[in-house]
Amino acid sequence: MALVLKKTPMREQDPQKRRNNFEEVALGYSLEEAMKEAERCLNCKKPLCVEGCPVSVNIPEFIQAIVRGDIQQAYKIICRTNNLPAICGRVCPQETQCEQKCILGKRGEPVAIGRLERFAADYCIERGIEEDVKIQPNGRKVAIVGAGPAGLTAAADLAKLGYEVTVFEAFHEPGGVLIYGIPEFRLPKALVKKEIGILEKLGVKFQTNVIVGKTITIDELLEAGYEAVFIGSGAGLPKFMGIPGENLCGVYSANEYLTRVNLMKAYDFPSSHTPIKHGQRVAVVGGGNVAMDAARCALRLGAGEVYIVYRRSEAEMPARLEEIHHAKEEGIKFELLTNPVEIIGEDGWVKGLKCVRMELGEPDQSGRRRPVPVEGSEFVMDVDIVIMAIGTSPNPLIASTTPDLAVESWGGIIVEEETGATSKDGVYAGGDAVTGAATVILAMGAGKKAARAIHEKLSRQENSHEKCDTLTV
Amino acid sequence: MYKIVYKEKLASGIWMMKVMAPLVARKAMPGQFIILRVDEGGERIPLTIADYDRQEGWVTIIFQEVGLTTRLLAALDEGDNIRDFAGPLGKPSELDGLKRVLCIGGGVGVAPLYPQVKYLWDNGCKVDVIIGARSKDHLILEKEMRAVCDNIYITTDDGSYGQKGFVSDVAKELLEQGNQYDRAIVIGPLIMMKVVSQITKQYDLPTTVSMNPVMIDGTGMCGGCRVTVGGEIRYACVDGPDFDGHLVDFDEAMRRQQMYKEEEDHICKIMGMEDA
Repeated sequence: MALVLKKTPMREQDPQKRRNNFEEVALGYSLEEAMKEAERCLNCKKPLCVEGCPVSVNIPEFIQAIVRGDIQQAYKIICRTNNLPAICGRVCPQETQCEQKCILGKRGEPVAIGRLERFAADYCIERGIEEDVKIQPNGRKVAIVGAGPAGLTAAADLAKLGYEVTVFEAFHEPGGVLIYGIPEFRLPKALVKKEIGILEKLGVKFQTNVIVGKTITIDELLEAGYEAVFIGSGAGLPKFMGIPGENLCGVYSANEYLTRVNLMKAYDFPSSHTPIKHGQRVAVVGGGNVAMDAARCALRLGAGEVYIVYRRSEAEMPARLEEIHHAKEEGIKFELLTNPVEIIGEDGWVKGLKCVRMELGEPDQSGRRRPVPVEGSEFVMDVDIVIMAIGTSPNPLIASTTPDLAVESWGGIIVEEETGATSKDGVYAGGDAVTGAATVILAMGAGKKAARAIHEKLSRQENSHEKCDTLTV
Repeated sequence: MYKIVYKEKLASGIWMMKVMAPLVARKAMPGQFIILRVDEGGERIPLTIADYDRQEGWVTIIFQEVGLTTRLLAALDEGDNIRDFAGPLGKPSELDGLKRVLCIGGGVGVAPLYPQVKYLWDNGCKVDVIIGARSKDHLILEKEMRAVCDNIYITTDDGSYGQKGFVSDVAKELLEQGNQYDRAIVIGPLIMMKVVSQITKQYDLPTTVSMNPVMIDGTGMCGGCRVTVGGEIRYACVDGPDFDGHLVDFDEAMRRQQMYKEEEDHICKIMGMEDA
């Protein structure tokens, strides 16, 4: 059979229509489209794609199941190593992971692995087809801190191994960045809830409204009978630029903006009670996925003009190509090689964003060419909302109340690479809390490693807590 | 779900509720706050902890009906549940080692002041208290305060009870008379904390104020609660809520507090919950 060099296209909402709604942009494959795309897979003997997957999904095997039309089998194969396939199929940066390694990519486009993963998961979740897992409870308790991608993954793997797992979440809803950060139009919240529901069926318990480090400490969890603790508390602290005017009304961190829109559903105000400033002309500072998400939310809230303001050029943008492409299609304007120097206010409200043009100089530590200001190039953008999407750092709440937990100077928890073990016995960590802001799938990979390490450790030692207190709110 | 086990009207539009939240009660300290959400679809709002009982597991909140969420909360009764109730958040007030303190509370700010006064009194500190309100009907916790201080001074704006005028007037008099304190603790409306801080500054009296800005998560994540203190950005939720009253940029805080006024008025109007 002749090689098909292009991916089977996935239907999307029309850009002009979708810029006015919060419904999902990418519409997914039909069964026919999925089978057609699956046919492209060469089923390599030494599949490089699997090496590119942080949770080692057996990609050729599940794709071959789709070729046969056995979608349930495909879903089962994915679920063996990936507990959140419908989410990963949507938000993983496949182009730098599995799909980058695909041999087809050398001559044309790689197999659309992400789209196929999404298809298999959606197909089975919609039909209520569940993974058939038999759990042998071992009566031993593990606590997970944070119900984001790292914590959810560790929780699922440990539950499948028979552990009694409780996930402590600071917000009123589990999901972490999947719920508060990534917008509805990229990752429908109903879907996140369904995948979390699957974890509950595995026996994972969720305790929301518990801020570990405040409501309870890591030491208290260990004293209460949890034999191991996994910290997956993310990188939630927003950064600001430190330029004048950042405390004006109308300046948001991307975290606040996205949390208002996604977790608190401010787009549905007043049915939902949390307000947000809509703004007519919005500037989003930054070039990552979070910046794209914030800009596309601003557009959907009705802003006439939305700008991405980024100090380097498009080639250096950390955002996924697909996100940049979608943002452009929807009409977001890119002010590249541009850096804000001051937010201008009037009566306490944002009136403009003073910027300077940049040019690329010598490469810096990251290997990217360092942007340097062009003298005398200052200009003012006429905007009424400014959103800072220039990164986040780990939250110090846990480290500050756990004296023997070693952390980096910038706040990241120090762990042993292969196991996620921290400096404190029985305590493991992974995801953005360790690496700083990264991706959903890397956090999941870290959760997986830690779950394995926790199981290995606890299997070696006897159940030291026969009588366990149960913490309930 | 967090059950309301007791509800009492303290003054016109001001309510006290005891809420069962054993994990919060177990850790609560004076100066800390909680974040609650009345129901699904509700806003997350911070309220300072007014009292707690570690054994019985309840936490007291005292709030004034000012916006939609506080009005919806006031509509709940004993036996009803609050959807979400998380805490304790923020740093506890630093009260240890103080010998003589001037505590000043205005309006519903008297509520978060109370656990601090009680803590100081229980730890052998001499405490003078000034509390004030718009009128006699708006004054709260007078009886409770009397039980835990050396001297109490009461003001009302309209003179319907106590001395006519503002708490800041009494603070000024006490300091003019030569009373010496280690610290002033001031909690109330921003304008009142600003004015009192200006007075105590003239007497070099170290002063802490408690900031209560707009918040979402209360754990340092959104940055919405940022306050300028001594020229630097601080987060009220994790760095505060107590700050040095002589360093806080109150004018900026007052502007930021008004950020969602338009939306708040709108939602109250369409929900039929405007001021009578």
